[in-house]
Amino acid sequence: MARSVTTQRKSFNTLIAWIIGLLLFFPILWTILTSFKTEAQAIADPPVWFFFDWTLENYRVVQERSNYSRFLWNSIIIAGGSTILGMIIAIPAAWSMAFVPSRRTKDILLWMLSTKMLPAVGVLYPIYLIFIQFGLLDTRVGLTIVLMLINLPIMIWMLYTYFKEIPGEILEAARMDGAGLKEEILYVLTPMAIPGIASTILLNIILAWNEAFWTLNLTAARAAPLTAFIASYSSPEGLFYAKLSAASTMAIAPILILGWFSQKQLVRGLTFGAVK
Amino acid sequence: MSTKASRSAARLMLAPAVILLLGWMLVPLTLTLIFSFQRYLPLRGGFQGWVGFENYVRFVTSSAFWPSVQATVIIVGGVLLITVTLGILLAILLDQPMWGQGVVRILVIAPFFVMPTVSGLVWKNMFMDPNNGLLSHLWRSFGADPIIWLSDASMLSIILIVSWQWLPFATLILLTAIQSLDSEQLEAAEMDGAPVLSRFWHIILPHLSRAITIVILIQTIFLLAIFAEIFVTTQGSFGTRTLTYLIFQRVLESQNVGLGSAGGIYAVILANIFALFLMRIVGKNLDR
Repeated sequence: MARSVTTQRKSFNTLIAWIIGLLLFFPILWTILTSFKTEAQAIADPPVWFFFDWTLENYRVVQERSNYSRFLWNSIIIAGGSTILGMIIAIPAAWSMAFVPSRRTKDILLWMLSTKMLPAVGVLYPIYLIFIQFGLLDTRVGLTIVLMLINLPIMIWMLYTYFKEIPGEILEAARMDGAGLKEEILYVLTPMAIPGIASTILLNIILAWNEAFWTLNLTAARAAPLTAFIASYSSPEGLFYAKLSAASTMAIAPILILGWFSQKQLVRGLTFGAVK
Repeated sequence: MSTKASRSAARLMLAPAVILLLGWMLVPLTLTLIFSFQRYLPLRGGFQGWVGFENYVRFVTSSAFWPSVQATVIIVGGVLLITVTLGILLAILLDQPMWGQGVVRILVIAPFFVMPTVSGLVWKNMFMDPNNGLLSHLWRSFGADPIIWLSDASMLSIILIVSWQWLPFATLILLTAIQSLDSEQLEAAEMDGAPVLSRFWHIILPHLSRAITIVILIQTIFLLAIFAEIFVTTQGSFGTRTLTYLIFQRVLESQNVGLGSAGGIYAVILANIFALFLMRIVGKNLDR
């Protein structure tokens, strides 16, 4: 039975919720708006809201002066690469724990979770040293591996909670019909697992894209992704708000869009299935 | 009903993940542990002998230690207080019937997807800058002197920035938990004439308690490690040097690896205390 609500109360809820929603979204909106202003308009007091000379100049300048596309490309390679690599390792692991559980499965899952809790700063120097030793410092390969490792526990957990929801009877029925391991995976599990796998990929790209400890500490000029590129604006010269806004807008836009698709999965992924 | 063959296949499938994570955990952690007992200054003579627990003692007795603990506690505590309280209220609000619920939810959640360096710099410059920031324009329009946010109210500024990023997370999880609340129970209470506040205390809050605990634990683990927000704003000055930031400075900036590693081990122990509680809850959930 649906709760009956008066129109008055609904209007009130709507009003309050929209005010709060817009307030929380405002810094993002303001950044997007500012990215289309001139530097002078960007710092104008009183501020200009919508009626200014909209310009794409900042986007052009950011691209030309700092070669934005290189950082973007690094972000794509690192976030995408670590996700693909991680999935190759996580899918079999999660599959085996979900469908062939043993007495130790729970302990292994919890132990994997505990590796995620390791504070990065506690292993900063060893990783730094290992990176220098193997020539991985400021390379996309190195960063891809590290981001894959820090997100691997989340990937495995998330996939595990999805796989667990696939009814075991279906597998047994398939086995009865003489399906081997290969058929089982290919024709029975894969179609049912695809939504879970897609969500896991989505969440992981978001996490890897926004990661800002290792990307800041292990890269310099060559492999720096967008997180590091934006950080270079922390010691700017002259007026730079509009350019900062343009760079920021370009850095967050793809993830904002992906993020909106992944609200539900975010909860499952980041609470390790404890809240669904 | 797994066969012997499928069990060994399963083990084989699990092996790469276990080996990689084991290596990722053990190798660097062992190195940190080893460094923590050394006098090791890579830029000033390198390895200079074993010193026992000296680094551990020096780390906690240095003048920077207690202020950094204090900064950490204030930032983590402040952010938790703001995000959990507002998160509960927002979750309840978003659960109410309204027009455009989906859009409002998107607006509320959006800050979570903004990368930390962007939110740090956008807040620092476009909002909190004492000359050109939007907040200083606002203050001036009321005839007040603008606040020099990141130096005069540095802790509050960091707490605000980080809370803005994490409020969506708390809201989203608490909203998911609220939506699993049996609405008939609430209706019955409403019919019985239970006032709003008592419905909140006796039905909603107990129902949310588990989700709140999870939010607190997960956020604590992530908040203890915040880095980029401080890196691009105050660089640890004006009292915002957290434990994480202090260790970072010891290790990479002043390249005192022994001392920094001892600090790192403290951070690992601290994070593990919270992780243990979290894992007990998550583990219970696995049994169900």
